[in-house]
This record gives sequence, structure tokens and C-alpha cells, in this order.
Amino acid sequence: MSARIVTLVVGAVLLITLPFWMPGVYYLNVASQILFYAVFAIGLNILAGYGGLVSLGHAALFGIAAYATGYLLQHGFGHPAAILIALVVAMASTALYAVLSLRASGIGYIMITLALGEIVWGLAYRWISVTGGDNGISVHVRPEPFGIALTSASAFYYTCLIVFALSTAMIAIFVRSPLGAALKGTRDQPRRMNALGYHVWAIRFWASMLSGLLTAIAGILFVYYNQFISPQTLALTASAEVVLMVIAGGASTLFGPVVGAALVVIVKSVVSGYLTRWNFLLGAIFVAIVILMPEGLVPGTVRLWKLGWRKTIARRPKIFKAGGPPV
Amino acid sequence: MSFYLVLTVNSITFGGLLFLLSSGFSLIFGLMRIPNLTHGSLFMLGAYFGATFVGGLLGFVFNFWIAALLAAVLVAAFGAVLERLLLRQLPGQPSAQVLVTLGLSFMVADFCLMVWGGDPLSVQTPDSLVGFVRLGPLAFPLYRLAIIGIAAVVAIGLWLLLDRTRIGAMIRAGVDDPDMARVVGIRVSQLFTTVFALGAGLAAFAGIIGAPILSVYPGLDQDMLPLALVVVIIGGSGSLLGSFFGSIIIGFIYNFGQALLPELAYFVLFLPMLLVLLFKPQGLFGRFVP
Repeated sequence: MSARIVTLVVGAVLLITLPFWMPGVYYLNVASQILFYAVFAIGLNILAGYGGLVSLGHAALFGIAAYATGYLLQHGFGHPAAILIALVVAMASTALYAVLSLRASGIGYIMITLALGEIVWGLAYRWISVTGGDNGISVHVRPEPFGIALTSASAFYYTCLIVFALSTAMIAIFVRSPLGAALKGTRDQPRRMNALGYHVWAIRFWASMLSGLLTAIAGILFVYYNQFISPQTLALTASAEVVLMVIAGGASTLFGPVVGAALVVIVKSVVSGYLTRWNFLLGAIFVAIVILMPEGLVPGTVRLWKLGWRKTIARRPKIFKAGGPPV
Repeated sequence: MSFYLVLTVNSITFGGLLFLLSSGFSLIFGLMRIPNLTHGSLFMLGAYFGATFVGGLLGFVFNFWIAALLAAVLVAAFGAVLERLLLRQLPGQPSAQVLVTLGLSFMVADFCLMVWGGDPLSVQTPDSLVGFVRLGPLAFPLYRLAIIGIAAVVAIGLWLLLDRTRIGAMIRAGVDDPDMARVVGIRVSQLFTTVFALGAGLAAFAGIIGAPILSVYPGLDQDMLPLALVVVIIGGSGSLLGSFFGSIIIGFIYNFGQALLPELAYFVLFLPMLLVLLFKPQGLFGRFVP
């Protein structure tokens, strides 16, 4: 227990002091990206990890929040109003998304979320009068909360850090709450939970809403960071990237998605500097992780280290249960 | 009037292509219980292979139809290898299998971009099918009518295969109840490979047949996969009849949507899918709810 606390304190100190020892703005920006993608991955982890519902359309919710913010700013709204309305729009979309997708679980859920994600992508791409089509929407200014301009890399980094810390705390509390426990119950034994009198659908619905909230917040941070949003952000590739973050780090663990987000963002920024074949690498990592270490990179590497290669294949844990989601 | 008639012919043509694509998708889904997310990639791979053969490979220019068959056979072999080497690694874990097919689709897409570059390839309509069929004041491109014919022949062939042959009976048994099929001595896992190869070959065939109309470009896979998905959700997985009617319905909605409501074309396309999911989740002709 104390080792855990020490790790947490060291981690927090490192994150807080990061702008002082990080050499250069470029790396600070990479750190900001890792943080808001981590919020996104934490949001998806609620569903894919704790809920056992692998959503392949989460980039749509991320994108809706980002597009709404961009659209409202473009039409002369102030930052607080734009952010607030964007959150409301994103939550309404999430509710609709949940109502439609929660008719199924397992494979059906994957298919419906994928299709919903494609619909939203299609709208972003084709509904040019609203979204600007392929040209996207540009956001020219970042907000200035309490008079602090977020234009500098370190100010933006601290904004991301605060949001990230709040999200992590929220999830830590959520997982230990009765709702969190019930969600894990619906993942492992939906029929027994139903028999015990739990409303499985409602539990999944509220988990989706919480997931959607974090996703939307991450989307708003994204649009302020990039100051630009285009249909590419909503594509299936983007949804798959987040699923990869969650699975790579370790689904249904508190810090797994954070590790996954760091991995994906770093590999992406570093690799794209040298070669343009990022998608190939993404696919290859995806396939390798799902087949070789479905429980996530960190525990998987430890297991690979301890056992030989041959034994690893034989003793690979069945994270993905028959007919269902990762456990 | 003629506008709508031409649009109707185009819709049926596109429906025929979709049938070639989605019948295999539907069979794989029905038998293996997973949506094969590489299906769009197999379509694109077939189109690129075919385009390469038609354009000339090592100084040898293939006939369009031979190129199409060759591409289909190559991609079918690729599908069989995929199923044997990768999906076989994850028995009884459908979610993991789906994620593997998704990862593979990214790899195939990037591979195609690497080999064939970002510019679209156009494929010439085969010489014998250039021209129009005139019907009074209207003219229909011969090639589009030929596609309708090919799709009809394939549909009948598949129906005969599934309904009249031993292997068809085995596949139907596997779709209805895989465990019971195993118990009575059907080697369901061999059927997996067979059906996967068949579906891959059909998708590749559709890719090259459609190439003179759609052309071949990066992103073709991402355009086609959702359509196959919608067709199968509407028609019902594992049902040939379902993918037939689903394809025709989507062919019409896609073409009419593009022509009449270009900005909302995608939205209109997915609306019937949502209706089916809400009111008949197993699809119009499906045997089980995924």
C-alpha cells in the first residue's frame, strides 16, 4: 500500500514539475496530448474495461464535442457559453448513442457503435454547410480563464493536468462506488445481476453517460489544443486508436489507459517523424497485443519475461470471454 | 422521368455489387459469429490486384475476366491464410477476433497505399461491354446491365450451393447451431476456413468488377465496409436472402440519397438500419440476434 502511495506521489510531483525540466515546447505539447488522450481513454475504459462494452464509435462523441465547440466559437459565442453548450450537445448525443447501442452487447454492440461512428463521420464529412466538410473548422483563440492566457504551452499543459487529475480521481471513486461495482457485475454476469434485481440496462446507460462526459471534455481540450477539427478526427481509425490505448495499457485498470495513451501518442509523434506508415504500425501493434498479451502491455511484458515464448502462447489468459467482452 | 429510371438502373447495379460483397460477409458472420472488419479491405485488395493485372504485370496484360478471377483466387487464398494463422489463435473469443480483423484492415489499407500510391487507378470497361443499350429515348450503359446479370448468376449459384449441396447443408447447419453441428460430425472449423475464403474471394471479385464504375482509390475499403455492415444488419446475418434484399434496399437508398440529398446521404443511408435495429434486431431474414 505504501509503495503505491509513494509511486503516486512521485508521479504527481513529476507531472506538476514537468514544464520546468522538460527540454523544449515540443515535448511539453506531447505531454499535453498524452494527458487529454488519457482522459479520452479513461472515459472509454469505463465502457470497454469495466462495462465490457467495446465501443468502436467513441471518436464520434469526441468529435461531436469538438465540432460543437468549434462551430459555436465560429458563430461568435464566448468561450464559457461555447464549452457549456458543446457539453450539453455531446451529452444529448451520448444519450442517443447509448439508447441505440445498448440494445445489444458483445458483438452486436461493437457493430452498432461502429455504424453510429460512421454515421457521424459521414455527417462531418458531407454536411458541409455546418461542418466545413474536408476543410474542417478552425478555432483561432484559446480561452483565458481568470485572466490566464492558455496560449503558452505550459499554461495549456496545466489545464490538461488539472482535468486529467480530476478525471482520474472521479474514476477512482466511481470504481469503488456501488454503481461501479454494479457495472462490473453486469459485465461478468449480466443475467445474474438481472435476477438479483439490478436494472442492467440503466447501469450501462449511466456508465455510458459518464464515459461520454469524459470523452466530450477530452474532445474540447483537443479542439483547443489543435485549434482545428476535421472529419479525420472522427474516423474509424481514431476510434480504434482509443480502443488500442485502453487495451494496450490494460483494460479495467485505473492507470492502464494512461500508459496506453502515452504509448500511442509517443509512438505516433516519434514514428511519424521518421516514416509515414503509422497506420500499418498501429494495425500491427493492435494485432500483436490482442493475440499475444490481451491483458495489456505492462502485465503482458512481465509474463513474457517470466515464461518462455512457447509457454506464453499456451498460458495466454482468456481476457476476451466467449461471446463477450474483455474481462 | 428518365432521370429516375437511370437512377433506378444505377441503384440495382450498385445493389448487385453490394450483394457480391455482403453475401460473403453475411455467411462469415452467420457461421463464425463475427463481423469480419477486413471485408472492405479484401474488396479493395481485389480491386487493386485486378487493376494491376489489367494494366499489365511484368509486360503481360491480362484479359479483364481472367484478371478478375485471378484476383478473386489470390484474395481467397489470403483470406484462408488469415483465418488459419490469426483468427484460429483466438478460439471462442469473438471480441478479440473482431479487433484482430480491425487491426488487419489498417495494415492492408496502409500496404495498398505503400504499393499503389495515393492516386486513384481507373480500370477500363472491358471492350465487349462498352456501349449502351437503347430503349426508346433512354440509353443504359451495357456494363452496368452486365453487373446486374453477374450478380444474379452469383446469387443463383450461391443459392444452389447452400441449398442443394452437401457442403451447403453443412454450412447451414453450422449457422443454425455450431455446437450441434460438431456433435453430428461436421468439422465446423474447416467450414470456417472454407467460408472465409469464399467470402474473401467474392469480395475481391466484387472489387474488380466494380472498379470500372467506382475506380480504385485509398479509402475504398472504408467506404464499402459500412455498407456491407448495414446490408447485413438490415437483411439479417447468415441469410443469403437477407443480404440479397438488404443489398437492393441499400443500393436504392445510397443512389437516391446521393442524388437527392447529397449533404445528408450518409445519414439517410443509416436510418433504415436504425429502424431495423429498433424493431427487428435479428434483421429482416436473420436467424439470430448478434
